[in-house]
Amino acid sequence: MSDTPILEMQNVNKSFGPVDVLHDISLKVRAGEVLCLLGDNGAGKSTLIKTLSGVHQPTSGDMLMDGEKVRFDRPRDATDRGIATVHQFGGTFPLMSIGRSFFVGMEPTKGWGPFKRFDREKANAIAVKAVQDFGITRIDDGDRLIGGLSGGERQSLAIARALHFGARVLILDEPTAALGVKQATHVLRVVNEAKRRGLAVIFITHQVMHAMAVGDHFAVLIRGAIAADFKKGEKSREEITDLMAGGESMSDLEAQIDADNEGQSSQAGAA
Amino acid sequence: MQTQSVCKGFSLGDLARRPETGSLIGFIAVYIFFASLGGAVFLGAPGWSSWLNIAAEVGIIALPVGLLMISGEFDLSVGSIVPASGMTLAMICGHFGMPAPVGIVAALGVGMLVGYFNGLIVTRTTIPSLIVTIGSMFAVMGLTLGFAVLIKGSTSVSYVPDATTKALLGQFINGMFNVAIFWWLGFVAVFFFLLQLSPFGNWVFAIGGDRESARNAGIPTDKVSISLFMMSGFCAAFVGVAQVMTYQTAQVAGGQSFIFNSIMCVVIGGVLLTGGAGSIIGIVLGTMTFAVVNQGIFFAALDPNIGSIIIGALLLFAVLSNDRFRTLAMNAATKKK
Repeated sequence: MSDTPILEMQNVNKSFGPVDVLHDISLKVRAGEVLCLLGDNGAGKSTLIKTLSGVHQPTSGDMLMDGEKVRFDRPRDATDRGIATVHQFGGTFPLMSIGRSFFVGMEPTKGWGPFKRFDREKANAIAVKAVQDFGITRIDDGDRLIGGLSGGERQSLAIARALHFGARVLILDEPTAALGVKQATHVLRVVNEAKRRGLAVIFITHQVMHAMAVGDHFAVLIRGAIAADFKKGEKSREEITDLMAGGESMSDLEAQIDADNEGQSSQAGAA
Repeated sequence: MQTQSVCKGFSLGDLARRPETGSLIGFIAVYIFFASLGGAVFLGAPGWSSWLNIAAEVGIIALPVGLLMISGEFDLSVGSIVPASGMTLAMICGHFGMPAPVGIVAALGVGMLVGYFNGLIVTRTTIPSLIVTIGSMFAVMGLTLGFAVLIKGSTSVSYVPDATTKALLGQFINGMFNVAIFWWLGFVAVFFFLLQLSPFGNWVFAIGGDRESARNAGIPTDKVSISLFMMSGFCAAFVGVAQVMTYQTAQVAGGQSFIFNSIMCVVIGGVLLTGGAGSIIGIVLGTMTFAVVNQGIFFAALDPNIGSIIIGALLLFAVLSNDRFRTLAMNAATKKK
């Protein structure tokens, strides 16, 4: 595990016109590490994801990859750098086959010249193998439609896809939110596997249990600011839940900001 | 759910889930119905030629309209591109006496140009393609009429093509089978390759499934949409050219029936109105079903209004079964067999 974070945000602010959405966000995630971003609805999680994945650009502050300053003007720039974002519903082409959707935009072909054909067998084989390597053995037919998969399987497929195409940073946007307990466990196992393979994972959730199961590092987001930043084992589940809920009242928010400052100074001390 | 075994190879369940199955059943049912009423004439060459001629004309347009619908767009402008291209051809070759290839290229160019504008407006704005193409349909209709009256002073222009051109584009083989049937088969082959075999087809499905995700996956969504609109413009123009070659006259009106007929062929063929699913075989079957009903009526000596009722019922049935297909497909892997 190298010490330079793969992806880092330094004092990033984001505002839409007069509305400040993100305040002074500093985050870092290293290879083989899972950073859990916790926050209630409206805490700025989606804006943060969109900034990380190149949909939005920071109003101020820097983004660094491997210690180098980067700027993503389009989602494509982030993807090219190996940042893959997997959204809540994973496969968004419910009526496409597993093999076809796995390779959307990067289809393997056979044949020559203008008669290049989509190589269905190859696509199916690669897609099925990629998900099976993640322990989803129930998927064994690449011609099945995405719509027939469970939510957990779709997530796993999307994660497997990201890895196959060389992702180094995986941003998971509430991957377990819409899932049952068993399905969520599946996804968490896949997240763990991704981590084992040396990916940097940013896991966005509001389910503390799920976060604690896989997270190495935690950041609690309240009203667009990082209210707490701590490592695995530093806080109990109750404390984290309190932290997240604390964003609801003003007096608590002030306490959070204090905690935030402490968190940052301790982080600075550690770095 | 976790322990379900997925059975491989052929199964009735898989067949039932194929989008074309409903179209095939529909076609067979309709064909048997009219065969029993129409008798030997309908089963023989006159019957086949009559519905194949209709199928070829509407089928050439239904193919790209189907691709557009799979990608989540509509194209109603085909209804005025047909007469516009026919008029262009008749005007250039019939009125001004230029050689046929010039007129054909210009006519096809008109179709592609309209398609390009449709695609440009649909991709650059948020206006639904339904509205955009209604707009362009009326605009093209007006332009066609305007130019016809301005140049020729009449709403119809005649043109007698030379023998070779006529043989290629507007001849009746054996006095019955329009050569357009072979062109249709050619178009079917090309579109089959495009949609089912080439990577481009995958993009079309992806765009119909979710445009935003398709773009994020690196698909040039705008280019794909514009080229699809240009294809439907081209095919509509091709039909316009073939009509002039066949009937030796171009009318400013008369393409309107293609608007709904092409959409009906596509929907009866199992393409989802909401996009994301469909197949060329389905579209071909839908076209054949439509044509059999359309022509079978005359052979069966039924009131033509009954034909419209059957088409309407088929359409509703198709939409319902397409919806059913979608539900089945979604549940395919979660049900135990």
